Amino acid sequence: MRLTVNGVTHEIESGPLTPLLDVLREELGVTGTKAGCHQGGCGACTVLVDGEPKRSCLLPAAYAEDAEITTAEGIGTREGLAPIQQAFIHHYAAQCGFCTSGMMLAAQAYIDRGGSDDPEAIQEALGGHVCRCTGYSKIIDAVAAVARGDSFDLTTTAVGKYTTMATGGEA
Amino acid sequence: MATVSTAPDAATEVLRPTSEQEAIEVFGDGKDVLVVGGGTIVLPELTYHQLRPTRAVLLKDAGLAWIQRDSSRVTIGAMTPIEELVDFPAPIGPCARNIADVEIRSQATVAGNLCAGEGDEAPRGDLQGAFLAVGATVRSAGEGGIAEEPLEAFLPNRGTRLVLSISYDEPAVGAFAGLDRPHTHDYTALAVSGARDANGTIRLAATGAGSHGQRLLSAEGGDADAALQDVNPHDDALASAWYRRKVLPVLVRRVLTDLEGPA
Repeated sequence: MRLTVNGVTHEIESGPLTPLLDVLREELGVTGTKAGCHQGGCGACTVLVDGEPKRSCLLPAAYAEDAEITTAEGIGTREGLAPIQQAFIHHYAAQCGFCTSGMMLAAQAYIDRGGSDDPEAIQEALGGHVCRCTGYSKIIDAVAAVARGDSFDLTTTAVGKYTTMATGGEA
Repeated sequence: MATVSTAPDAATEVLRPTSEQEAIEVFGDGKDVLVVGGGTIVLPELTYHQLRPTRAVLLKDAGLAWIQRDSSRVTIGAMTPIEELVDFPAPIGPCARNIADVEIRSQATVAGNLCAGEGDEAPRGDLQGAFLAVGATVRSAGEGGIAEEPLEAFLPNRGTRLVLSISYDEPAVGAFAGLDRPHTHDYTALAVSGARDANGTIRLAATGAGSHGQRLLSAEGGDADAALQDVNPHDDALASAWYRRKVLPVLVRRVLTDLEGPA
């Protein structure tokens, strides 16, 4: 079985029923994909399969054969971050970071589908993703900013509706 | 021909049929065969070694994902993703929309949801109630060959058959009422679906009030409280039996009210 991950094709030894998550992390060492609950409940392991967000813990590896798999490592580079990555930095949308790769990939798919900056639509698209730091407002701000086509100054953090008084923003 | 391979890390023969006919052949009588539709239910059970199949049939390439409309008759292929149903008229559409989130719905299949076994901690198979309400029939394969039967008759045997498709006549009016879920991945604690045909005949069914979806025959005459005669709810992680018995007539009443509306 062969899988194409971030543009590179690999010959895979894992069996066809192995969850894609385990192939990525254990066999290929692509650890940007996080293993949270292993039962589809948290969204940390979401990757893009032919551009569609999929829980890699629920997807048999065989179901991703002949598809383009994109993980967090594949949506930008250290020198050229993708807009969604820039937005997460600028809007302080990552705290512990464990949910971030799944959140960003689901958000990337939403943006690629032409998603708007409507918070309810963003919530619907990211509805399966849990952030234990409860940073949802910042995450939604970041996705909305990319949907609007904002540009980002990564030397500072955006002042937003939910920024505290201590940091000089609105209460 | 179906591709046959063996997982190196498990003694599982994996079969990948590429047509409905091949799927029927490799499923055979269904004994000792694990059917993998979308994978959203069985993958965690494999991960946690709750399942150790000797043979597994992966249906992704079997050509079973399709929707056909012939006048008011709707037929849905077994592997159709649940997300494809969210814009259907009530009760199917609202019921489908109430399942998990868009990522899960895009992978989970109609037949997988219908065939979900009784969960350890909560009722599963959200679509069972909605399809019962519209009087759906199931075409399936297994011991004795291909059969088409009402969903009521199919549900008790759902673990032994390979679903091929499900059909129903679009009702004149449909309705769905379910409890809100605290998280997108919780199963529906309790939901009621209803349908009224052109002759005014009403069918009602519930999800979450028993081990699988069931008709609420006693309430179909219009007495919402009578629905309690048809169910035997149990305690689980989502709700107590007491709570379900209190709420069921409320949901039935809402559905009956909605069914009085214009077609």
